Amino acid sequence: MVGFMTKDLKSVLSFKNVSVSYKNHLALDNISIDFFEGSLTAVLGPNGGGKSTLLKAILGLVPLQKGEIQRFYPKLTDIAYLAQQTEVDRTFPLTVYDVVALGLSQAKGFFQEIDQKTDATIQKALEKVGLKDIAHRSLHMLSGGQFQRILFARTMLQDAKIILLDEPFAAVDRYTMEDLIKIVQGWTTEGRTVIIVSHDLEIVQSYFPQSLLLARSVIAYGATKQVLTLENLRQAKRSSGEWEVSNLENDKTMQFFKDDV
Amino acid sequence: MYEFFIEPFGTYPFLRRALIACIALSMGCAPVGVLLVLRRMSLMGDALSHSVLPGVALGYLFMGLSLPAMGIGGMFSGLIVALLASFISRKTVLKEDASFVGFYLIALALGAILVSTKGKNIDLMHILFGSILAVDKASLLLIAGITTISLFVMALIFRPLVLECFDPIFMRSIGGRGSLYHLIFMGLVVLNMVSAFQALGTLMALGMMMLPAITARFWAREIWSLYLVAILVAIVSGFLGLVFSYHYGWPSGPAIILTSGVLYLVTVVFGPYGSLRCRRT
Repeated sequence: MVGFMTKDLKSVLSFKNVSVSYKNHLALDNISIDFFEGSLTAVLGPNGGGKSTLLKAILGLVPLQKGEIQRFYPKLTDIAYLAQQTEVDRTFPLTVYDVVALGLSQAKGFFQEIDQKTDATIQKALEKVGLKDIAHRSLHMLSGGQFQRILFARTMLQDAKIILLDEPFAAVDRYTMEDLIKIVQGWTTEGRTVIIVSHDLEIVQSYFPQSLLLARSVIAYGATKQVLTLENLRQAKRSSGEWEVSNLENDKTMQFFKDDV
Repeated sequence: MYEFFIEPFGTYPFLRRALIACIALSMGCAPVGVLLVLRRMSLMGDALSHSVLPGVALGYLFMGLSLPAMGIGGMFSGLIVALLASFISRKTVLKEDASFVGFYLIALALGAILVSTKGKNIDLMHILFGSILAVDKASLLLIAGITTISLFVMALIFRPLVLECFDPIFMRSIGGRGSLYHLIFMGLVVLNMVSAFQALGTLMALGMMMLPAITARFWAREIWSLYLVAILVAIVSGFLGLVFSYHYGWPSGPAIILTSGVLYLVTVVFGPYGSLRCRRT
């Protein structure tokens, strides 16, 4: 993925001097970057570095304190968002099919019946994530990996131009992760823009061409190889050390920082 | 057997009417309870159910023991408390549960004092513990009407309501107006509370919602079957509670709730899903 900064790329999301406050502290400090159409970008950095806040700001779920985010696709339906899995109740009495079908809520509204054509769309999504055989199983019975596959199928049905994923590989097995990454790569070849928050340096280095290293402000942004340098990681660690020392222990990226940087 | 369970209903019209009221109540309250449990709002429901008392008391002060007047009063005070409590939790440091508890205690105390300024103790007992055996035609129509409305509305907004319970963040991310559906649902909770209050009193009203709903959680794993089990449990407890109340002279409201409590305890131990005996969820 060369030519990342060339001028002929279309910017779909443009941050202009964006600052966001969250619970009385500055979560994002003066961010000015562009995300380009069809790009696949990993966002990483220490806990409290504003990774999730960045996604929420794009969605308009948190108010901007300063600056603006220009969106080439202004409609709400153009952005799909998959939050961290920990925020969902996995014993909720729904079936796999039900949850996936909810991905069509935006396109179809809440009140339409599921006709044959819609059903076919849902079945296709189920097949792509490898869950066709257990479509009518309840959520209770699924593993973390299977649950994440459901959410990917739901995201797929949203058919959005921009897809935001928050820690999608945190609770899944290796095998599922590889399947899910193939799906993500499929999205980018279809011209969709994907932004993924991830803790896992190894995954980022092996699969994602671009990275954004975020520690409240942008430490580095560009091709992954150039972003994930020792120097940059050190700088991220330094800026995070100022406010989040207590979080270091349960933060995978920062573990890496501690051992190796 | 026949004499014990069936004959009382054949002999006494007021028992028949009470049974019909119970069945109508069950069909409205139990599904609402199921969703309250899924939304993890059981405690909020509890607080809300007590907060209808001052309105009920005002209705009583002006109109005497008229169920429609007390019902409408109760509905207003319930809604006012719900709105005030969520206003306080949004604007101050208090979380929603704490601010609800504050208001419902005030409401409960205020209501009890209001009733006692005019009434006799026996009336206060009626209001706190219900008087299902005294349900007349007007109240029966009110209960049935509320049940019809709430079943209809819940069917209509089923999908957004379930989505808002299951994954509110996703709901927000698609611009799904989750708070609108939440508000409609809270309205239904208050309505059903009012209709249950007539039968079971302000202290017991929530029992008809919560006990069948949490019992159903051990028997079913889809929302439709949760609804069905909860409704059945509520109807059976209503029936048995009335029978016991008739034969042993127990107060009817507490008899109904206690029956459903026993069903719940048995289920906690022996239910097929996620119970003490059977851990598999």
